[in-house]
Amino acid sequence: MDDFYRDYILDHYKNPRNFGTLEPHDLEHHDVNPLCGDELGVHLIVDEQGTITGLRFHGQGCAISQASASIASEELIGMKADAAAALGADWMIELLGIDISPTRRKCALLSLKVMRGATTGDASWPQ
Amino acid sequence: MAPVAASLDVRADFPLLGRGFAYLDSAATSQKPEQVIGAIDSYYRCSNANIHRGVYALAQEATDLFEGARERIAAFVGSEPATTIFTRNATEAINLVAYAWGAAHLEAGDEVLLTHMEHHSNIVPWQLLCQRQGATLRYLHVSDDGRLSLDELDEVLAGGRVKMVATAHVSNVLGTINPVAEIAARARAAGATSLIDGSQAVPQMPINVSEIGADFYVWTGHKALGPTGIGVLHGRRELLESMPPFLGGGDMIATVGFDSSTWNELPWKFEAGTSPIAEGVGLGVAIDYLAAIGMDAVRAHERDLTGYALERLAEIDILRPFGPTDLDHRGGVVSFEVEGIHPHDIAELCDREGVCIRAGHHCAQPLMREMGVPATARASFHVYNSREDVDRLVDALQKARKVFEL
Ligand SMILES: Cc1ncc(COP(=O)(O)O)c(C=O)c1O
Repeated sequence: MDDFYRDYILDHYKNPRNFGTLEPHDLEHHDVNPLCGDELGVHLIVDEQGTITGLRFHGQGCAISQASASIASEELIGMKADAAAALGADWMIELLGIDISPTRRKCALLSLKVMRGATTGDASWPQ
Repeated sequence: MAPVAASLDVRADFPLLGRGFAYLDSAATSQKPEQVIGAIDSYYRCSNANIHRGVYALAQEATDLFEGARERIAAFVGSEPATTIFTRNATEAINLVAYAWGAAHLEAGDEVLLTHMEHHSNIVPWQLLCQRQGATLRYLHVSDDGRLSLDELDEVLAGGRVKMVATAHVSNVLGTINPVAEIAARARAAGATSLIDGSQAVPQMPINVSEIGADFYVWTGHKALGPTGIGVLHGRRELLESMPPFLGGGDMIATVGFDSSTWNELPWKFEAGTSPIAEGVGLGVAIDYLAAIGMDAVRAHERDLTGYALERLAEIDILRPFGPTDLDHRGGVVSFEVEGIHPHDIAELCDREGVCIRAGHHCAQPLMREMGVPATARASFHVYNSREDVDRLVDALQKARKVFEL
């Protein structure tokens, strides 16, 4: 097995979980990684307690950006929206479980950036 | 004329390639031969002084080196020193024209005609110009096999509003060699000015800008074996003479008063401030190097590698190349997609095998949208590449396929 393109990364890439759109939805954001043209959007449903009860990512990108969105989606559903907004880069990188080179870092963090945009309106890159 | 050898053997002239890479990203920037690196080194060690103003012999020596480079560069592409202006790169050359020509010649209601295959550097300056002047941008389409249609050009020109036609000579994504002499002639007949972006053409084929006949022709040094920080604008003399300057400062003036100044003669009118002297000297040696190989031989080599690459890449059934299939209309660039593997991942897996290729939108987002892909992988060739580099690419792609279990 490849150290970087591990089985679970490829599985999430080829069979992304929670992908598609949600209509209606409460929150949304769409963003790009200008470096490579990867695109990702998110639709969220948030209940009265502020819990994320529905989430779908959509877009296109490399294995790393797509797999991180898919892997993150499984953690994000059920989380409070404000807690999700506060997640940092380390959370995502750890969750991915592979060594990310500086050039691929933005691929890995695009899904979190999009989540921030949807939950806070501030779509800055997670630190 | 004797048939030119299709295969060059100059890899040893390029020190960086001693690291063992199959460097297939020359469309982004080329590697530099020892001769160019040595000329820049020697310029700083032995001949460095500011040009044009010094009285002492060393300053004259530096001036002669720089202006000598300009003369050879002009001759290399069939132009003249007075109408060969040094800029920072192709992008700055296009901006120079968009400002200096544009402000004087473009009015509200006029049109600037581009094509869908332009690099961002031949789009954004025109967008800014059109916004300033209230003019409209229009685009020619690109066919499925990556070609422009002269019929469509004629139709748009017949509207009578086009004042500028700007297009790439060779596409950095599709490799398409556009019929630029035809385009320039039709633009002229319709009363429009033309600009050709030769960034990908000058490095790989014989170019004669007088024969092409466009009003402006731009290119960039670092893709033509030269250093970064220097580009070239060739312009028609009457236009350059009638245009106001682009940047103001030293070197571009004849006299300076408190309220106004008069401009230096061509080409210096458009070269404000201290020039990229070492870069000019380096670019001069780069074109000497290319001229010594012979641009017909360079073109034959690029053509051979492109043909070989298209042939070998066809072995990978999930791979789809973009651009013209006819090698007569195609330069040394092969963009492709592999079904099921994103270009980013392809480039990363190639990198592991020491194969340097590009992945992304190649600064041509409008074209990517037209092609219906978010990005492509791209291999591009220069004189130092060999069929073996192509073989290494194909091997790396086969390995990538295994990793992705396709
Ligand atoms: C067709 C084309 N035009 C213009 C440019 C811009 O060159 P530079 O960035 O050196 O100005 C490039 C290079 O990327 C190119 O491929």
